[in-house]
Amino acid sequence: MPVTRADMPKLVLCNMGVEGQNTLAGATARGAYSRIAKALAMAPAAVTDEVKKSNLRGRGGAGFPTGLKWTFIPKGAQTVYLVVNADESEPGTCKDREILFWDPHLVIEGIFLASYALGCRHAYLYIRGEMMREHHVLQRAVAEAYKAGWLGRDHACAGGGSFKLDLTVHRGAGAYICGEETALLNSLEGRRGWPRLKPPFPAVKGVWGQPTIVNNVETLANVPAIIEKGGEWFAGLGTPKSGGTRILGISGHVNKPGVYELPMGIPLREVIYDVCGGIRGGRALKGVIPGGSSMPILTPDEIDVPMEFDALMTDARIKPVEIRPGVKLDIGGGKQLRTMAGSGGVMVMDETTDMAMVCWRIMKFYAHESCGQCTPCREGTGWLERVTRRLAHGEGRPGDVELAESIASGIAGNTICPLGDAAAWPMLAFATKFRAELQSKITAAPATAHGAA
Amino acid sequence: MPLSFSTESARRIEALIKQYPDAQAASMPVLHLAQDEFGFLSDEAIQLVATALKLPVSHVYGVVTFYTMFRREPAGTNILRVCTNVACMLTGGYDVLKQVCERLGIQPGEKTPDGAFSIVEEECLAACADAPMALCGQRYFLRLDSKEKVDAMIEELRRQPQLERTLLPGPVEKGA
Repeated sequence: MPVTRADMPKLVLCNMGVEGQNTLAGATARGAYSRIAKALAMAPAAVTDEVKKSNLRGRGGAGFPTGLKWTFIPKGAQTVYLVVNADESEPGTCKDREILFWDPHLVIEGIFLASYALGCRHAYLYIRGEMMREHHVLQRAVAEAYKAGWLGRDHACAGGGSFKLDLTVHRGAGAYICGEETALLNSLEGRRGWPRLKPPFPAVKGVWGQPTIVNNVETLANVPAIIEKGGEWFAGLGTPKSGGTRILGISGHVNKPGVYELPMGIPLREVIYDVCGGIRGGRALKGVIPGGSSMPILTPDEIDVPMEFDALMTDARIKPVEIRPGVKLDIGGGKQLRTMAGSGGVMVMDETTDMAMVCWRIMKFYAHESCGQCTPCREGTGWLERVTRRLAHGEGRPGDVELAESIASGIAGNTICPLGDAAAWPMLAFATKFRAELQSKITAAPATAHGAA
Repeated sequence: MPLSFSTESARRIEALIKQYPDAQAASMPVLHLAQDEFGFLSDEAIQLVATALKLPVSHVYGVVTFYTMFRREPAGTNILRVCTNVACMLTGGYDVLKQVCERLGIQPGEKTPDGAFSIVEEECLAACADAPMALCGQRYFLRLDSKEKVDAMIEELRRQPQLERTLLPGPVEKGA
């Protein structure tokens, strides 16, 4: 039985809001690094097995099974890297920053356990450039972990060998795209943050040409609990295919916005009306983005769905995104797009919200952050920004909604990395679900040859 | 006098390079360090970093121009980063930005004549649950939901400027 809010243990945010506990002394008193001895007595493959059994899925956005990902490292690989993605920047997402600040040692312990399982001897944590406070806290924690001997020192392990881990914190410098794993690897190599074509996938050929696993901060922060209590226990907390708890950052027009650790399958309605105390001023809900601004928006009749990875993708109560009225977007192999759990960034909008304005602000973001490598994204995101800006400011031209749809469908699936989709999906979702409102912003006369976009 | 790294910075660059399999990977940390030391990344500073890492200047220039936090011009003492992305927009982020611009008499991307402030209109800074918000150095200003709070933020930064600094004194040495 999946846990409920009443009987759910906190695995990751145990320490949130408790001042002065993010030091080594504070963390050790709460059990940090206590799982290392247990893991070192196990074979590395047994650690991976435990994570596989746990049904832990990547918390960065894609929800890929973590243990399975770890098995993609080619057999016999000599140099393996673990790279921690702490470049949290998907709009609406505000969980990793809290984890890094309140419990850096839990993250370092997770990195140690994952590195041992993977055979990684030097891990890198890529932290977002703007997170200067968290960078400071993390650097201090890493220095403490070195001094205490958790890092940089040999530890005897199963099979009579020894294991030693080094960890470097690498600070970004302001580029959303570096949250995409292959862009992150290029950035770590000291290059411009341009995504790479896949395949080869990082697990085969990643940073410095070596097999590399890229994991999110929250993902790794769950690993100590899995090692301590076992994979089956962790799996049992969640839904059949998604183990553990889920951290959601809820923002926008709710009475109690916040970062909450919640049961994996909690319905969105309960999140908004119970956890967050409902909509400000008792107003009605108009829309909610469930997992960061790249995820398709939901309407008030679509919020009874569990906030779990598979449910948000497949639940028939959520209307599929269309490329034009009546024609569903195909995201590959005939698969429809409803929405996704993404990065856990929930943005709630009440009835006073101007959806054309929200849509424009999202398009403005992706246009600003497009790295410029692929033409459909570089040109398309800028074009979408111009069209939606007109709509948002009540200067839409006849055909603008159809134009936006055609630009977005031209981007979707046609770029090296998912940033193109990240712009196209919400655009199509707004056109699918708030079409009349977008249309109502069209006031101008039909474009002439002189005034065409 | 031509630009050069301090003895301490030169030592730290050596330590930074050792953290990676090759010197190129140290580009970003060394650029952060150069920006800390010189205030911004002039052509001369870029040249200096390229020499320190034995990289083509064109490579380092390419890195500098890709990332928004690397500055090619001097900035104000306080770089005040005001978020206007969706969560902040929904809760008044544009009002915060407008008020900050009015009080300081400059637009985003500009610097006050006394050099005390620069304003940056930011994309999401991962503090959405405390929107609307702004960031200056390591100091977060959260739930800026009244004009008084915004004014108080500016006053605080005038009294106690928050510099953007990147590294603790002394890097974490590999295997230390």
